[in-house]
Amino acid sequence: MAASDTPKSVLLSPVFKNNPIALQVLGICSALAVTNSMSVSLVMGIAVIVVTAFSNLFVSLLRHHIPSSIRIIVQMTIIASLVIVVDQVLKAYAYEMSKQLSVFVGLIITNCIVMGRAEGYAMQNGPVMSFLDGVGNGLGYAVILLFVGFVRELLGSGSVFGLTILPAVQNGGWYVPNGLMLLPPSAFFVIGLLIWIIRSFNPDQVEKTEYRIVANSKTKIKETA
Amino acid sequence: MAASNNSIKKTLGVALALCIVCSVIVSTAAVALRPTQQLNQELDRKSNILQVAGLYEPGVDVNEVFKEKITSRVINLETGEYSEDLDPETFNQFDASKDPATSRTLSGDDPAGLIRQEKFSTVYLVGDAENPNEIILPIRGQGLWGLMRGFLALKGDGNTILGLSYYDHAETPGLGGEVDNPRWKAQWDGKKIYDYSDSEMQPEIRLVKGGADSEYEADALSGATLTSRGVTNMLQFWLSEAGFAEYLARFHDNTQGEA
Repeated sequence: MAASDTPKSVLLSPVFKNNPIALQVLGICSALAVTNSMSVSLVMGIAVIVVTAFSNLFVSLLRHHIPSSIRIIVQMTIIASLVIVVDQVLKAYAYEMSKQLSVFVGLIITNCIVMGRAEGYAMQNGPVMSFLDGVGNGLGYAVILLFVGFVRELLGSGSVFGLTILPAVQNGGWYVPNGLMLLPPSAFFVIGLLIWIIRSFNPDQVEKTEYRIVANSKTKIKETA
Repeated sequence: MAASNNSIKKTLGVALALCIVCSVIVSTAAVALRPTQQLNQELDRKSNILQVAGLYEPGVDVNEVFKEKITSRVINLETGEYSEDLDPETFNQFDASKDPATSRTLSGDDPAGLIRQEKFSTVYLVGDAENPNEIILPIRGQGLWGLMRGFLALKGDGNTILGLSYYDHAETPGLGGEVDNPRWKAQWDGKKIYDYSDSEMQPEIRLVKGGADSEYEADALSGATLTSRGVTNMLQFWLSEAGFAEYLARFHDNTQGEA
């Protein structure tokens, strides 16, 4: 696997081909919580890109020295430290945004994508490639977040990045905002639809059905009756 | 190499080194960024005071407007007098509520769930400090999930509410979190706190379910009984004798004298 990777493929394949949310279905929890507006999604996306990239870089640099018995703890410590630094920076330079993101910045620690890439890629590959892999996977996450954020903010508040596109009824416009879109469950529907779209263009992403539902045979029912 | 990596010595060494490096990085970030963060919090608090006073407009220089229009004073909650010893610039109410010298334990009678209450409080006055147009009081109390902190703005008579706004709370978005909803906040304008006809300084203001029908009642939040109860309790507490009642009485006497 590592031999055939080029920097470009490592960076770009997680964005659509091997997207952490759409294909691997990782990191859904925060994708539900922070996508009700575009600007929040963007900041969250950037935060995850930074954390994934640097945690991959540091784990990769240390990979020959990490004892296998405590490797998960080592990875978690690195990730947690990075997340705290990001959280502190946001509190200092983007206070309003950090208030909106509240606990979800801290919860990047538990984001399966970060841990998954550290364990699955950075432990076996060099620092540069690992860094790019982190950026790529962070980008894949951010792209989905922005798409979901776009749909939810447009239909839920009638705006994009806070700019009004569809004037809402309560402000004298014509658009009746869909309140469901502002609640976390709507992100499930949007992500589901998105996965459907991506898989219709890339049929090889569709998993093989594990079993087939066979129609009941009539004769059998008659026998038991 | 793999074998040496897994020796106890190496494992402990790596763990120790990593912990030291990470803690240095984290504490450096926390300490280096603290001044900027405190500035942000201060700015946020000031802009909340301006908002509840109705002086806030997007794009204004918060510090400038605050300095120009608002006078901060520290009052003694027990006597209701202005304290000359404490400087409003440096007095920190949250620190004061933890210090035994400047606070008291609330045992039994603690509807707002504060446990400790400070003996002094900062108040913000708009206009002439002796005869203000608006009085802004900091209030706080337990909601459903945690402490809710906010400001209550009153007219110069010390009895008519102009607005209530929370700048820090953890209530459920969409239910208790609707304390931030502008439509809910708008109903506070014109509500009255005390009914002077029964000559007691007992606050009458409360949230009620099913529609407010007097000037002492405001609509509760639908689906958020416990948050609404918390809001009622903290208003009742902070406007009672234990809170600002003594202080607000002077404004009532003022207006009576003039009339």
